[in-house]
Amino acid sequence: MAEQDIALMSHLMRRAGFGASRDEIEAKAAQGYDSVVQELLNPETQEAVDEDLLYRYNPSYYEAAAIENNVQQWVWRMINSPRQLQEKVALFWHMIFCAGHSKIDSGQEMGLMVDIFRQDGMGKFDNLLLALSTNPGMMYYLDNTESHKANINENYGRELLELFSLGVGMDEGFNYSEDDVKACARAFTGWNIAPPYPPFPHGRSPWEFRFDPADHDSQEKTFLGETGNWNGNDIIEIACKQPATARFLARHLYNYFVADEPQIPAWRLTPPRDQAAIEAMEKAYWESDHSIKAMLEVLFTSEFFKDEAVRYAKVKNPTEMVVSLLRMTGEFKGYKPGLFDYSQEPKYMGMDLMNPPTVEGWHTGREWIDSGTLVERINFASDILGNTELEGVQSLVNRLMGLGDKLTPEQFVDGCLDLTGPVVLFPDTMGQLISHATQEGELSHGTDAEKTDFIRRSGEMFQMIAATAEFQFE
Amino acid sequence: MVQTKKDPVLAVLSLSGGNDGLNCVIPRNNGHYRDARPTIAVPEDQIIPLTDELGLHPTMGPLKKYWDEGKLAVFVGIGYPTPSYSHFRSMDIWHTCEPEAIGTEGWLGRATKQLDPNSENVLTAVNFGRGLPRALVMDGVPVASVGNLETYGLLTGIEGENQRNDALEVFGRMYAPAIGTGAVMDYIHQTGTDALKGADILSTAPDAYTSSVEYSSTAIGQYMKNIAQTHLAGFGTRVLYTTSPYNGFDSHANQLQANSGLLSDVSNTVDNFMTDLREHDASDEVTLMFFSEFGRRVKDNGSGTDHGAAGVAFVVGEHVKGGIYGQYPSLEPSQLEEGGNLKFNLDFRSVYSTILEEWFSLDANPIVNGNFERTKFFA
Repeated sequence: MAEQDIALMSHLMRRAGFGASRDEIEAKAAQGYDSVVQELLNPETQEAVDEDLLYRYNPSYYEAAAIENNVQQWVWRMINSPRQLQEKVALFWHMIFCAGHSKIDSGQEMGLMVDIFRQDGMGKFDNLLLALSTNPGMMYYLDNTESHKANINENYGRELLELFSLGVGMDEGFNYSEDDVKACARAFTGWNIAPPYPPFPHGRSPWEFRFDPADHDSQEKTFLGETGNWNGNDIIEIACKQPATARFLARHLYNYFVADEPQIPAWRLTPPRDQAAIEAMEKAYWESDHSIKAMLEVLFTSEFFKDEAVRYAKVKNPTEMVVSLLRMTGEFKGYKPGLFDYSQEPKYMGMDLMNPPTVEGWHTGREWIDSGTLVERINFASDILGNTELEGVQSLVNRLMGLGDKLTPEQFVDGCLDLTGPVVLFPDTMGQLISHATQEGELSHGTDAEKTDFIRRSGEMFQMIAATAEFQFE
Repeated sequence: MVQTKKDPVLAVLSLSGGNDGLNCVIPRNNGHYRDARPTIAVPEDQIIPLTDELGLHPTMGPLKKYWDEGKLAVFVGIGYPTPSYSHFRSMDIWHTCEPEAIGTEGWLGRATKQLDPNSENVLTAVNFGRGLPRALVMDGVPVASVGNLETYGLLTGIEGENQRNDALEVFGRMYAPAIGTGAVMDYIHQTGTDALKGADILSTAPDAYTSSVEYSSTAIGQYMKNIAQTHLAGFGTRVLYTTSPYNGFDSHANQLQANSGLLSDVSNTVDNFMTDLREHDASDEVTLMFFSEFGRRVKDNGSGTDHGAAGVAFVVGEHVKGGIYGQYPSLEPSQLEEGGNLKFNLDFRSVYSTILEEWFSLDANPIVNGNFERTKFFA
């Protein structure tokens, strides 16, 4: 199979999913790029997670109240779901529609919110925003529960425009006014939850969305130039018609799936890295009646995505770092209990899933990395990738042995890099690894002693690769 | 301003889960206390008296010595306006000093930035535990976060000392400044170099340490030992932080037994820590604070207590002026917060401000987001 097909499939699986084992990448490359893209875009054509089996092995996941169990269940799905893009898209929306356990104080509500992202994340954007705006956790997190006809609370109205749909501005202009924020907030009065919070005196029971017509401001409102007796769903419909919303979505998709862009507050003044790519996705949005899937299809099938210049142009977020390594090495495959420790790793690396720091979400790109999180990233990655007892790592070592009876240090390093990515290194880094490998000379695996040595050196080389600065990217 | 022989150091032990202030610093002859807590009230004759009204939980004996020496400040009725009953949110408020908005910078991250504006020492602030508490978060402030000091470092999974040393040498060279690799890569190289430097220095701490003090084998005991080791190693670390195991103090059920163990562990460990520092003539420059995100409900629930509002906090150190600070909140049912909780009267930011200003000689107001009355608990 052509090396470039493997490299491209590996790129696709890193971005449209959480990576894959080498065996899986080769199988998918043989299947063909376009066919794999269609599978990813149409999760319903892929095998579903067997919910009964999942809960049988992990009863603690079922309607779990505790946040840890909800995080665990999500990480399990990221590792094991055959519907990889669905989970990747759920994480995408979780990083935009940020609400956190620190305020909501219910793991179950957080789990239900992520379910929305999983189910509606690739559909019509209007539907997703409506689901979000009737999600009890979000209504509480952004204080819509405190917004009343007689006394509006602007929080949800503002964030819906600023962070969830239009964005502050584009092409140096502003996308909405303070009056629009007020009109938006007024339209969402009466969108509330039951039972209320705090949960005195008998503890909490699950929330439901409740529309209270008596608390809804039914006066005329002018929103983005349109006047009428708008309710929340009208606001969503109007917002989804705005060019700014298409731009906002296209930039977010590019930033998450293609290459790191500047942080979001800079978008009003900073043009996109690839204007043509953004325009192509905007066009898909209009032509498909606001379909996220249509935008993703353009993204994954375009040259701007396949371009070698955007490979490894994103710093892996902590969840990607952890899950992709577990997938690559075959660790934690299938239905079994006991994922707690791994599911906490992203938090140690600065990404506390289901608990983003603020409604603006995590700062991404290079800001994932500081001296504390880098140590966590490197140690986790090198421990997993260098563990030659794991099924997936053994398979990589066997493949290395299959390259020949004798390997020069250069062939050995090349082979290791190819199998773990292919990872592309800067020449300086490459030189360091080769000179390290050269110290112990050529590798063979004819005798048992040579074999033991070969396995040890492979594990060490994998650890070194996992420790490189280049490995921080995907 | 407090005068110390060496640069002042702050150690913080965060008690995660909501420590029950009422069973920690007990209003020992208060009838409401006994009425509200039929299951878990501590019998009056077992309480360790501090004042005519207040006393410590029976398992907190090791702290009495510091009270008698006049070096234990006890804060009662401590909290903030409009209490949050969520562990995470309330702890965030203590971390960021932002009860209204959601803050991203921690008070000790900001303090560290002022103590070492150019990040000249990668170990000015060190956290013990996995993942950085928000108290220490601040852009551009490197903070080492140490899961286990005995094994802390990079590439700790490589077996064999020689192999690991070789690997670390390669790592050092791989992360050396590289030309033409781009701004993000440059930044990661610099960060990797800082991390390696910090790990190299920190890893020498346990070997250089000897002591007659035996800390408990619990996480609290071991991390406080690590704090002592790091301080005694003389790396110039000014802020040392650790958190007790996640939500351990969240005593909804079986409180009598669980809390006795926890309070005993905390008290013994604080005593061990102070004794250890004194043995090494290194206690003069250290102040230790321990606190929790909130107290607990006045009424017990038949087995434990639910999330509450105002709680207690402690500061111990050679320069501390012992005593009770703040008013013990009224337990009269009509005087409670909504939901049956104690009302706060001492803002935690007052305590922070005093530490920042009198102990660290820093401008406190920008760090705690406001001007709070100072609580004069330094001698």
